[in-house]
Amino acid sequence: MQDWKRQPGFFAAIAAAPVTWLILFFIVPLAIVWAYSFGRNTGLTSIDISGTFANYSRALEPLYFEIFLKSVAVAALTTLICLIVGFPVAMAIAFAPPRWKPWLLLLVMLPFWTNLLIRTYALLSVLGTRGFVNQTLEWLWNHCGWLMSAVGLPEPGPFQPLPLLYNNFAVIFGLVYVHLPFMVLPLYAALDRLDKSLIEASLDLGAGHWTTITRIVAPLAAPGIISGLIITFVPALGSYLTPELMGGTDSQMIANVIERQFKRANDWPFGAALSFMLMYATFILIALQALRNKTIEARS
Amino acid sequence: MEQRTTTLAEFANRRSLLKGLGVAAVGLSFGGLAACSKESGNGTDAAPSAKIAPTGEESKLNFYNWDTYIGETTLDDFKGASGTDVNMSLFATNDELFAKLRAGNPGFDVIVPSNDFVERMVTADMIVPLDHALLPNIKNIDPSFIDVAYDPGRKYSMPYTWLVLGIGYRKSKVKPIPDSWKPLFDSDQYKGRIALLSEAGDLFRLYGKYLGKSVNDLTAADIKTIEAMMIKQKPFVKAFHEDNGQDLLVKGEVDLVLEYNGDIAQKMVEDDDIDFVIPKEGSQLNSDTLCIPKGAPHPKNAHAFINYLLDAAVGKKITETILYPTPNAAAKALMPDGYKNNPVVFPPAALLAKCEYAKYRPDMQPLYEEAFTRVRAA
Repeated sequence: MQDWKRQPGFFAAIAAAPVTWLILFFIVPLAIVWAYSFGRNTGLTSIDISGTFANYSRALEPLYFEIFLKSVAVAALTTLICLIVGFPVAMAIAFAPPRWKPWLLLLVMLPFWTNLLIRTYALLSVLGTRGFVNQTLEWLWNHCGWLMSAVGLPEPGPFQPLPLLYNNFAVIFGLVYVHLPFMVLPLYAALDRLDKSLIEASLDLGAGHWTTITRIVAPLAAPGIISGLIITFVPALGSYLTPELMGGTDSQMIANVIERQFKRANDWPFGAALSFMLMYATFILIALQALRNKTIEARS
Repeated sequence: MEQRTTTLAEFANRRSLLKGLGVAAVGLSFGGLAACSKESGNGTDAAPSAKIAPTGEESKLNFYNWDTYIGETTLDDFKGASGTDVNMSLFATNDELFAKLRAGNPGFDVIVPSNDFVERMVTADMIVPLDHALLPNIKNIDPSFIDVAYDPGRKYSMPYTWLVLGIGYRKSKVKPIPDSWKPLFDSDQYKGRIALLSEAGDLFRLYGKYLGKSVNDLTAADIKTIEAMMIKQKPFVKAFHEDNGQDLLVKGEVDLVLEYNGDIAQKMVEDDDIDFVIPKEGSQLNSDTLCIPKGAPHPKNAHAFINYLLDAAVGKKITETILYPTPNAAAKALMPDGYKNNPVVFPPAALLAKCEYAKYRPDMQPLYEEAFTRVRAA
């Protein structure tokens, strides 16, 4: 068999299109934004790229740094909830009868067929003051009030709708809803590859189900868990639409601030610097992960 | 972009070149717009056709407008009258419009910026002067809208609508009538039932109005004071909305919203439990205008289209749909009394006298934005 690396002509022909695409529509625009982050506004539409670090030092001021930290906290909480909810789902799919698997996977991926904006609007009408959740609760409240008096408690007062929208709860809920498939799919991929006989052995040798999951399944699925954590955390950190549409007065995340720099504030250099702060953080995260993989490889 | 450097005079020559070489380039530059654009009529063919408009230009026009801001049949009617296909794309905020045109006109012929953005775009050399000889329908405009501070003599812009900010509220839930900014800005009376517009500049200026200042005289010290007031009021505010306050009001999410009169007037047709009031301290006026951005590919069609929109009968049809106050006196005269005497659309003159247009102030805008970011982070 020939090594494909020995066919430079063929390799170049195949790689040319994607490489050109990547350079033209990803690297070049990103480089322009990166250059902007070292510039300053000299007029309404002109930016002087002077090599200043003023934008970065402003981005590190407590105001913006705290918004940044809050975004990290929101993304981390989202990721954690996704892991807790997604792990049993992935387990269930991985251990389901083979003829069911494609259908269950399809169900997980189904939301991707609808645009994020549409899904978010759907959530708005589910969680609203007069949304489906509150309507259902109100119906139950009004029709089950007699149960209270039946057990000797006073009749409940009029129904108060739950504040499910326009607060931080709504943002977390929306983010978990949107990012759950990102967690389930890599977890499933890892769990599906798992050697099932190891689980049987563990159970046969007297370990309980919980011990088997924590001591056998989780360590073996660790690469899947880690990639699930990263591909959930990174987009959650930069989420814009969910806090914008579902958040309350204090739910802004860093992406909302970045958007305002490019639009309302018309301060592209500062917006660029904030964007790149986010990128640097992401790069560091991915680099740490790569480093970790390397040390594991070196050990084995 | 090819079109961007094209001046009006050399355009006729350039156009044939574009026809030959630029099809791909034009197609590319409009790829991004296609997602949010609405093709009117049957002109979906992408290649420049042989059709020539009465103006001598290719019979196409790219119109960049706000959503729900044109008559139901206006674009088709214009096609019938002039044979020109209008391709309308939508923007949601002036900032979006500005950001899109900032790096060069992607091919729009007519845009609809608000008054302060007309000033801003003139300063930035992004819009071209209008040729009044091609706009005879300027005679239909109410004379009070011709010599305005933001565009003296209407050199760059033609008024399309005007509007005023105020309080939209649910009558059955809000007593007494909120005829002051106080319940919105400085009181816990309607805790958790308030939504404010998320435009930093508008909010700070209206707080200034509440404090008895002109919207154009705010200083850095005022911003400090107002910021503290906003932070104090924030727990009582349910959301900062993106100019969709009327929907929040109709859905029952909130009972008071800071909104434009036209937006509330549109919803009052569906829901008779809502009303609109301009607070007694006065408010801020806006005017949306028709302009031609620099580098417009079809400037003559653009003039013809603007002139068409300023026609009395056309203006009437637009106004019937959008229900915004019209600066077009001839169109207003054709409207039924129910519109002309609607106190929401045309608030009492005594109240309007206390309202002001906001000037474009480049020094204040970043301060407003940063202060508002602090308010939201607090």
